[in-house]
Order: sequence, then C-alpha cells, then structure tokens
Amino acid sequence: MKPQSSADLHIVSSSPHAHSGASVSRIMADVLIALVPAFAAACWFFGWDAIRLTAACVTACLASEWLCRKAMRRDNTLSDLSAVVTGVLLAFNLPPALPTWMAVAGSVVAIAIAKQTFGGLGYNPFNPALIGRAFLLISCTGPMTTWSASAWRGADALTTATPLGLVKEALKAGQPLPFTLTQDMTWNFFIGNMNGCIGEVSAAAILLGVAYLLFRRVITWHVPVAYLGTAVLYAVILRFTSANAMPVSFHLFTGGLMLGACFMATDMVTTPITRSGLLLFGVGCGLLTMVFRTVVNGAYPEGVSFAILIMNAFTPLINRATKRQPFGAKSP
Amino acid sequence: MKPIRAPYCFSGGIHPVYSKDLTRSAPIQTLPCPPQLVIALSQHLGAPAVAIVKAGDSVSGGQRLADPAGVISAPIHAPTSGKILRIEPAPTPLGRPVPAIILEPDGHDTWDSPLTPMPDWSRLDRKSLAGQVGAAGVVGMGGAGFPTQVKLSPPADKPIDTLIINGAECEPYLTGDHRLMLERAEALWQGAAIIRYILGAKTVHIAIEDNKPDAIQALESARTLEDAAVCILKTSYPQGSEKQQIYSVTGRVVRTGGLPMDVGCVVENVGTTLAVWDAVVNGRPLVSRTITVSGDAVAAPANFLALIGTPFAALVDACGGARGRIAKIISGGPMMGFAQASLDVAMSKTSSGLLLLSASRVPGFTSQPCIACGRCLDACPMGLMPAELSQCIEADDIDAAEHLFVMDCFECGSCAFVCPAHRPLVQHMRRAKAIILARRRAAIKK
Repeated sequence: MKPQSSADLHIVSSSPHAHSGASVSRIMADVLIALVPAFAAACWFFGWDAIRLTAACVTACLASEWLCRKAMRRDNTLSDLSAVVTGVLLAFNLPPALPTWMAVAGSVVAIAIAKQTFGGLGYNPFNPALIGRAFLLISCTGPMTTWSASAWRGADALTTATPLGLVKEALKAGQPLPFTLTQDMTWNFFIGNMNGCIGEVSAAAILLGVAYLLFRRVITWHVPVAYLGTAVLYAVILRFTSANAMPVSFHLFTGGLMLGACFMATDMVTTPITRSGLLLFGVGCGLLTMVFRTVVNGAYPEGVSFAILIMNAFTPLINRATKRQPFGAKSP
Repeated sequence: MKPIRAPYCFSGGIHPVYSKDLTRSAPIQTLPCPPQLVIALSQHLGAPAVAIVKAGDSVSGGQRLADPAGVISAPIHAPTSGKILRIEPAPTPLGRPVPAIILEPDGHDTWDSPLTPMPDWSRLDRKSLAGQVGAAGVVGMGGAGFPTQVKLSPPADKPIDTLIINGAECEPYLTGDHRLMLERAEALWQGAAIIRYILGAKTVHIAIEDNKPDAIQALESARTLEDAAVCILKTSYPQGSEKQQIYSVTGRVVRTGGLPMDVGCVVENVGTTLAVWDAVVNGRPLVSRTITVSGDAVAAPANFLALIGTPFAALVDACGGARGRIAKIISGGPMMGFAQASLDVAMSKTSSGLLLLSASRVPGFTSQPCIACGRCLDACPMGLMPAELSQCIEADDIDAAEHLFVMDCFECGSCAFVCPAHRPLVQHMRRAKAIILARRRAAIKK
C-alpha cells in the first residue's frame, strides 16, 4: 500500500450514506412560517403591542439560550431556531398590554429553567413556552388576566374582557350567561375580532398555519384532531345536559384552545412519539381543557396551558403504554 | 400467469433519490482481467474457507482454491488461470482484514472446472443439484452472502411452496440486477426453475419494483414456466429486504427470530439465481459477478461483469477514473453499503456496487438530541422504535434495547435517513447488536 497524503483520505462512516435532508432547523423554520398568519392577525388586532411583545420574547429567549449554553460550556444552539419558536409562542400567549419586562421574565424562565436546565432542546419534559406562561400567570396574575380596551383595536362589544372570561365570571357568580352567541359574533370570534392573548384570537389564521404544517408533514393530524375533537364532543354533551352551556363554536373559537391544539400540544419534544400515544395525548388535553373551563371554579377562565402541561407530564408514561410491537412479533 | 401487482406492502419505508439513471441503460460490459486478483477467504456469512493451495502454485480457472469450513461456509475458486503469489491478510469491503489468496493471472485463462455440467438437471435428484450449487461456491449475492446450498436444503418439516426471485434492487444507484433481468431474462427463468425444482416449490414469483417497467416487460416476454409470474412491487425502500418482500408478495409474516422457510418461502437474489443456473447448467463455479460502478465522482458510470478479487481501483480505471475529488467510497449501495478508506480493496462475491461520491453528496452533520418527531417510527419497516432504542443505547442500557427488539433491526438505514437530528441511529443499533451477540456467545461458552 502506498503512503497516502491527506488529500487522498476519504470519509469513512457508518451506513446509511444518504440522507433525506430533513433538519431540526428546517422543522423550526416551518413552524415559524406557519405562525406568520397568526402574527399578522395579532398585528392587525393589537397593533404595536403585538410587535413589541413578540420582539421582546424572541430577543429574551435567544439571549437566555446563548447565555445558558455559554455558562454550561455547551455548543451554541441558536441556529436550531427552537428558541425563536419558544419566544414567538410565548408572546402569542400573552395579553397585549403586558409590560415588556414581564414578557422578558417569562422568556428567561421558559428558556433557562424549563429548557436548558434539562439539557436543552430534546430533553425538556414540559413545553417551555407554556412554562413561561404558567410562571407569569401565577406570579403576575393581574396583568396576565387584565384586558384593557385601549390595547385592542377591534370593533364591537366585549372590550375589557375576553369572551371566555365573561362567561366564566357569570357562571361563578351564578348569574345567567352575559350574552347569547349570534352568527355575527361567531364569525368575529372565528377571525379573531375579540380581546385575548395576541396570538390566540384568530382561529382562522391558526388553522391556515396548521394546514401548512400538515402539508409540510411537520406534524401529523393526530393531536389537533384528537384535542379539538374531544373538546367539541365534550361541548356537545354539555350543551345537551346543561341549560347554562355555551355553544360548541364558542368553545372552539375563543380562548387558547385553537392555538394550544395546533401549536402547543403539537410540540414534538414534549408529546408522545407513537401515533396512538399522540391520540391519547390529544384526548387527555381536550378533556382537561374542558374540565378547567366548565367544572373547575378557579382563578383562571382558561385551562389550555395547564391541560397541556399536565399531559406533558404523562408523555413518558403514554410512550411506555403505547410501545409498538415489531413486524412479525409473536402475538401475545 | 400475467404479471401481478403485489397484493400487500410492508408498512414504513422511505423514498430516497434513486440516481439509477446514471447506469440504468449501461449494458453489462465484461471487465478485462486485472493484473492481480485478491481473493478473500471469507466472502460469505459463516466460517472462512480454508486455503488448499500455497504460494507458488499454478492454478487453472475454476480450480478450487479453498474448501468450506463447516456447514455454513462456501468454497472459493480461481477466477482465471495463473500463479498464486502469496496468501496474506488483505482489507475487505467489510473493513476487517482477512486472509486472501493473491493470484497473478497468466493471461491465458485456461479453464479446468471440477464441476460437471448438468444440463439435464430435471432428471437428477435434488440433493445432488443442491450439492452442485454448494460445490460451485454460490452464496447470496444481494449482500448477506449466506451460502445458497443451505437455503436450498430446508429440513423436511419445513416444506417450501413459494420461491421468490428478488429483483427489487431497492438500493439507490445500483442497476446490476436490473441489467441482468433485461439481458439474461431466459437464463433467469431457467435458474428459477432449477431452484424451484430443488426446493420442490410450487410457485415462482420474480418480484420487481414498478420503477423498472422494462425489466417487468422483458421477464414477462421471456416467461415459459408454468405457475410462475412477475410480481410488481410498489417502489419503496427496502422492498428488497427478505421479510418485507415475502409480506408484499404473499402476505405471510415471518415471525421475530424466524426464517422465510417457516412460512414456506425462499427468496433468492437475481444474481444468485443466475449463479445457480451457471453452476448447474454449465458447471461453472461462482468466480465473477455484476457490479455497478457509479456516483457523481466517477467519470463514466458503468455496469461490469468482473472477476471476484478485482481491486476497486481497476474498476474505477475502467470507468475512465475519478471525476474531481472523491469524498466517499462506498462498497454496495448508499443505504446499507460500507464506506471504504481507499480503493485498495478487492471486490467479493457480495459486492453489488462501488460508489464514488463527491463532497457535495456527503454532507457533514453533527448529531443532535432526539426531538421525538417520530419520523423514524414511521420509516422503520420492522415496526421498531429507533428513537427510543438509540436513547437507551446512548445510555448504555443494552437490556432495554433488547426488550425493544433491537435484534430485529436489519440496519436498512431508513430511520437515520429521515432523522432531522441526524442521529447515528444505525450505528447505535449495530453497537447494541454486537454487544448482545457477544453476551449470547459468552453464555453459550459457559
């Protein structure tokens, strides 16, 4: 064998030697593209505040990610774009008038505590954006549940509260429902013409984004369908059994359900890996969300964040319970 | 029977870029004998053959150079006449150096095969035909190199009713089997008839993916056998895998740890079938095979009929050399082939392809943590959970990997192909399998 110069050396690696070209950063970029319609809707309805909160969260998330990796002496992971996704999703879960510093605090908790303490992307058991939101909800309950009329540029009634909040307050006080849902109102709720967290209001924009994710095969249909399906079923049953129940479309289009089912409960890292596990996960989220909305008389009108976080905790168990049998496995 | 569409299809699988256009229409050329042949003593699954010649011996073509060592082994023959220079360890495509016979051809190609041709095979008994196949050193030429005689001698309690000739050739780039089906359709059907006769099987299927319509056509027009049909498979990697193909063609499921004969099937590769035909009808031992030389770093990609032991460098020279800088050399296909450190390696009975890829086809990646996207679960044709497996193996929890059926992995590479985090999933599986096998061997010794 003749001696070889380094120019003659070849790459020797384990098979396969071909790759589909898929990458984590491409998946994250697709999620960001899918969030563009919801961001546009947020800008339309909340104006400058939507841009302010999104920019604050994304910047704070990126900075926290960079600092944490630096402190842990690990490689820089900014380019996988997952911190950007967390920032945008957290911002979308904030009310428009929230002070910037609170948004920054939530972002730091999301990245530094919920994500990097576990080792970064792939190791976090809970959805970082939702941990950030839950942190703010508990520590800044007032600002997180206050809906100022000035921050909202939409028309029509319901300015100082979210529709879901109004209904919950009425139910808690034992009063009749504050309004009956007209066709006009349903349409407004669908396109997002109501008060709420900046990214959650427009079901139409969210559905557009999720259609893109499904088309790009970034996510599968299992979680959104199971989640929304369970919520709808629950709402239908409630409608038939209780006089004080709101219509199905009200539950579907208000609050964080649509954003949660399409973008938060479809986070790959914190949800099961098997298809059957994803269905189970979606059903669990749907049930818990509706229980929080209609049964629990807590401080919050909404239960999507906590429903998903609780189901996140069940993910390892669901994975274990839905373990696949290989092709040709001996039938039990 | 007219060509039939495969009634089933395995679940999972992927659709890589096939790049078969490079050599699809390149007829098989006979490669001139190279100045030196390096004939490894281990070219098959099982015990290495034992050399029966020594340095300085003159041998004729077809002469037996090495005897099989045990039942799962195969003899090795001289591809041409010449002189044995020496017997020494030489690198093999699988990476591990093994003893090899270095033969210097004399250029006369005098032939003296120890095998008697059996053109009237249908009047002979099955056992002597299987013996002839074994004596010819025929092994599975699709990649595994399992001695064919063993496959053709199933125990009496495992009757075989279906023979499947595997013409899927699902690996990207490779077109050798495709060309054989086009150019040697009649011999292929005859080879199938011989194998069916040896097995006492009823039905023959030649399974071909639907991306080779010309091969389907050629085999259909050459078909004279009764109870035989071309079976058209959906193009999907890995259709060429034995268990997956049996399911696609017959709907039968080979159980975990089981063999095709458990469900009455035998699968033989196209090249192997032709080698059986050659051995039985012409009395010619397995001393050459078709090999696709392709890739974007080859000047003129081609299909060759080359002698076993031909150095890879000679194959590349015959293609007009390399084009640009070679980043990666692969023996076999890009999905399951073996990367080579240099071209200073000789082809064996299982070398189906030689690929030279430029840096643009060999992107460097850093592996990232699993994001649990589940794409590997969708891709795995064995229904395994590669994501979970690789995490167990990374944590050195080999027992957990065994419980997650890591031994069922046949390293097709579909999981690693789709993984967005570029995790070395196949490498993890290999490591776990090797550890488990070593443990089992140690347990047997005790």
